[in-house]
Amino acid sequence: MMRFSTLVKHPADWMVGRDADDGVVLTSRIRLARNLDGVSFPGWATKEQRIETLGTLRPAVEGLDCMKEPFSQELEDLSSVQKQVLVERHLISREHAARSEGSAAVIERRQSIAIMLNEEDHLRMQSIRPGLMLGDAYAAVSEVDDQLADQLEYAFDPELGYLTTCPTNLGTGLRGSAMLHLPGLVLSDQIGQVLQAVNKIGLAVRGIFGEGTESLGNLFQISNQSTLGESEETILRRLDRVISQVATHERNARDKLMEDDPDMVCDKIGRAYGVLRHAWVIDSKEALNHLSLLRLGGDLGFFDDEVVSLCDALLMDIQPAHLQMHKGGSLGPEERDAIRAEIVRSRLQCLGHPDSHTAKTRNGGEEPPPDLGIA
Amino acid sequence: MAGSCDYCDKEAKVHLTQLVGGQVKKVALCDSCAAEKGVTDPTGFALAALLGGESAPAPGPTPKPSSGGSRSCPGCGFTLDDLKRIRRFGCSRCYETFREEVSRMLSGMHKGVQHCGKVPEGLMEQFQRNKRLEDLRQRLEHAIDAENYEEAAGLRDEIRRLDSQEAEAGSD
Repeated sequence: MMRFSTLVKHPADWMVGRDADDGVVLTSRIRLARNLDGVSFPGWATKEQRIETLGTLRPAVEGLDCMKEPFSQELEDLSSVQKQVLVERHLISREHAARSEGSAAVIERRQSIAIMLNEEDHLRMQSIRPGLMLGDAYAAVSEVDDQLADQLEYAFDPELGYLTTCPTNLGTGLRGSAMLHLPGLVLSDQIGQVLQAVNKIGLAVRGIFGEGTESLGNLFQISNQSTLGESEETILRRLDRVISQVATHERNARDKLMEDDPDMVCDKIGRAYGVLRHAWVIDSKEALNHLSLLRLGGDLGFFDDEVVSLCDALLMDIQPAHLQMHKGGSLGPEERDAIRAEIVRSRLQCLGHPDSHTAKTRNGGEEPPPDLGIA
Repeated sequence: MAGSCDYCDKEAKVHLTQLVGGQVKKVALCDSCAAEKGVTDPTGFALAALLGGESAPAPGPTPKPSSGGSRSCPGCGFTLDDLKRIRRFGCSRCYETFREEVSRMLSGMHKGVQHCGKVPEGLMEQFQRNKRLEDLRQRLEHAIDAENYEEAAGLRDEIRRLDSQEAEAGSD
């Protein structure tokens, strides 16, 4: 069985994966909720029942074709930092991390399929892909679902579909989401308008980092809310269409900013570069916001192409539990800020100055095709 | 007061003290966890839920039968009171037990109320067959009541045929 340290040693494929439009859409994920027929849901079951259910679920999940020598652990056997690292990587939910006996996580080696056992539902299976690839992600997790349906007796009702603990997940049990980087829309003050429109179509939008309405790092997640009354294809088609439209708006906003106010854009990217290259102490809010601008700079051609994936890996690695894992012990807030700055400096040490002359707009037509060899 | 959040390791900003079952309980939360758990208004939430079930809205691990009068699920003992309290269900059979409440809860929640999409392989046929069998058995009863024996014999044959199909499918 795969060890925790081996699992997290490398960034997941989807964290640094490249695809034509990863300048805006970082990742796509699909999760399916499934339950066993006639067995108490995890939140209602006694500990003994949960352990018994886990005994049914775990061999089936570990025996999946995609789970060759997977990472498979009961939550009670993981330290709180280890759980938090998995949360920061979006491999388990915050709710799942709070569980212990009778709950487990089974994760495919490349971290593209992650299955939570006895979370809110008996099974929460998730598939993650880089860029906007909801269809691919769904195909992968649906295959997992088919294999499990052969061995387990799912709770299903012809009218209500897959039966879930919470009625908000009934029907398909499907939640599709994408993580988007929208600095152009934020800088041009269009973000509120765009997100409101997305909301109106019945999709949910939230910031990835930050509290309440604040969003750090200009990162947003868009996901479907309705799971019943429409097929998986219909749900995903709408989600895909809306996300593509938001991405186009973002592209246009970036182009327009470069046309209307290039000095402002250059100044912001230059300052972000300066701070990240030279700061000795940096808190997570400041780091996220500067990394966001550096990432924008990478996409606009101020830096080499690989800056975008460098930033994506850093977004993960500067989070609290990742820092503690890196240092192998618990850290106070000041120590964390110092280590965060150290990691950022070392990763960026070979990064040349931002060059506004190499910057380009989408419509420039001079852009070389993306280098696919790196993936 | 310094210290870190009980749920993550950010700085705790919200400190709550409540009497739960006669005991003083304290919880420290950072702003984001406080918002996530709906603790922005301390009067409007129960610390018990936060301390008990680790994921806030979930019930405690030991199901307790609620006070009498409330309907309960034959599968798991979940009651109507529990449903009102946590807005979640106890097991898949609860959806049958609380069919009416479910349809009330569903109004406006989703794009529709009828599942359309993936069905676990084999299950749909089974559902259709069961429905047909139920229908045939009812008609058989009526036919016998009406002393319409010719029709009854035909219905009985049809039921036998479907039953044997099911047995075959089951032995695969």
